[in-house]
Amino acid sequence: MSDLTLNGIPVIDTFAEAFDVAGTAIVVTNDTAKWAMIAATTMTGFATSVIGCGAEAGIDAELSPEETPDGRPGVRILLFGFEPNGLKDQLIKRVGQCILTCPGTACYAGVDGPTKIKLGGAIRYFGDGFAVAKRLPDATGKARRYWRIPVMDGEFLCEDTVRAVDGAVGGGNLLFLGRTHAETLKVAEIAVEAAKAVPGAILPFPGGIVRSGSKVGGRTKGMMASTNDAYCPTLKGRAGSALPAECGVVLEIVIDALTSQGVSDSMRAGLHAATEIGSRHGLVAVTAGNYGGNLGRHHYHLRDLIAPHDATKEG
Amino acid sequence: MSTLILRAAPPERLDFLAVNPLALSGLSQSEAERLNVGTTRTGVRLGDCFAVKLDGSDTLIIEGGHERLDRVGAALSEGTIRVTGDVGQRLGAGMAGGSLTVTGNAGPYAASGATGGTILIEGDAGDHAGGAVYAAKAGLDGATLIIRGTAGDHLGDRMRRGTIVAGRAGAFAGSRMIAGTLAALAVGDHPGLGMRRGTLVLGSHGRMAATFVETGTHDLVFLRLLATALRGLSPEHAELLGRPLRRYSGDLATIAKGEIWVAA
Repeated sequence: MSDLTLNGIPVIDTFAEAFDVAGTAIVVTNDTAKWAMIAATTMTGFATSVIGCGAEAGIDAELSPEETPDGRPGVRILLFGFEPNGLKDQLIKRVGQCILTCPGTACYAGVDGPTKIKLGGAIRYFGDGFAVAKRLPDATGKARRYWRIPVMDGEFLCEDTVRAVDGAVGGGNLLFLGRTHAETLKVAEIAVEAAKAVPGAILPFPGGIVRSGSKVGGRTKGMMASTNDAYCPTLKGRAGSALPAECGVVLEIVIDALTSQGVSDSMRAGLHAATEIGSRHGLVAVTAGNYGGNLGRHHYHLRDLIAPHDATKEG
Repeated sequence: MSTLILRAAPPERLDFLAVNPLALSGLSQSEAERLNVGTTRTGVRLGDCFAVKLDGSDTLIIEGGHERLDRVGAALSEGTIRVTGDVGQRLGAGMAGGSLTVTGNAGPYAASGATGGTILIEGDAGDHAGGAVYAAKAGLDGATLIIRGTAGDHLGDRMRRGTIVAGRAGAFAGSRMIAGTLAALAVGDHPGLGMRRGTLVLGSHGRMAATFVETGTHDLVFLRLLATALRGLSPEHAELLGRPLRRYSGDLATIAKGEIWVAA
């Protein structure tokens, strides 16, 4: 199958193809970690794929009170879109519907970058003229501008402007070819835990895992994407199937990150974690999804990721 | 650092607008001594009143202040000025950046129109500190003004942006305020009279104008951010925000987007 192995598990000598995307980060705080997480979970719902959801989003990290601007527990959320304008549209909608509405929340910029996105400055209109702006230095002395919008539990405080970064990448991925559903899911779960531990990287699909990997286009006219038939176990044996006979399940993880290095590090962490426990859970092989290399600028070769530390080179 | 050492009390009011580290760095010793700082036809020169010692650095020490030294640090854009003693009116007026410290007292209109930098008065300040001069659109306009002692009346009158921290202040603190933040441990009557926006944080106050309405006590996230901002300027003022506070909204005679927080 492959001359590459890691921890005794075959690794297909291929690459994951990923794309330049617009990315940003925000920090959501609340009086309790529980409610900060409720707000973040709500905002990052229905954000698995830019194609169908308009954005890809996920929770990057839980933050201690010492790590947030207002000294309350918080969550760092990453949001990715095709381009800055689409990202801005999604950010305003999601903050407006999910963060503004959540009791006790406040919202801050979570990353520095060259592109400004007016967030609080747009949501302030909900204040119907009663909102006020305040410019205050943060703990480092840097001046930051906030909007204070009167709401029924007091005020919604939101930073005026957040930033989009250059160099965000979406679509890093790994496919785990397993024998049974339960055991392959276990392998994927372990890989997700390792991959999402990398700062600045998220896995936007449910639990970080996608079972409906797709290919570009389809046999039905107008379909932008359709099922990745080469990896569907019920289509084994047909021409074009990429699955060995012993494979009964394929699960994929998809990774977005604020930097290309973040995707690479996250994929590496997922690959190593999965193969470490793979032999105990019937893992047949690990591979990655690509479109022939012509659509995405970023190629993450599994051969490079087998090394435990950074030897990755983008093609 | 460059130094100016006062030899004797100035015979008239002196204008220090052109005396700052940046301006002096381009002058020779004799050119600096010939700078006209007088305000009458007598033509008082800098060297007539001060022993001048320049080294081209961005720090200027004025040893021996006097209440006749007007516009010290006015229009300062970078560097540091430290005055050991008192100064006259309009300390740091129109200042855009840098650091200005006075170990004694300052006259009226300190920091008027200052858009940046930090002004520290370790003693008392006269009336209208951080306030607008006649016909000016705004008082303090983005700078940070710290008064360790007592400020006079009309502290922060028509201030538009920035932060004022004062020990005590007289009547009408924050009057006609356009925006910004003013914190004081105690002020006189009618704080915030005519304010449009902005925030006053007060330990205690005199009579409150009838055009302010109490909205109760609130635990707002904004107060946490304000405490962080004030902590670096004055821990004592930051502590005010750690106690229960009553909030007044006003001035209802204007657009009423201002607020006064008072220890409950």
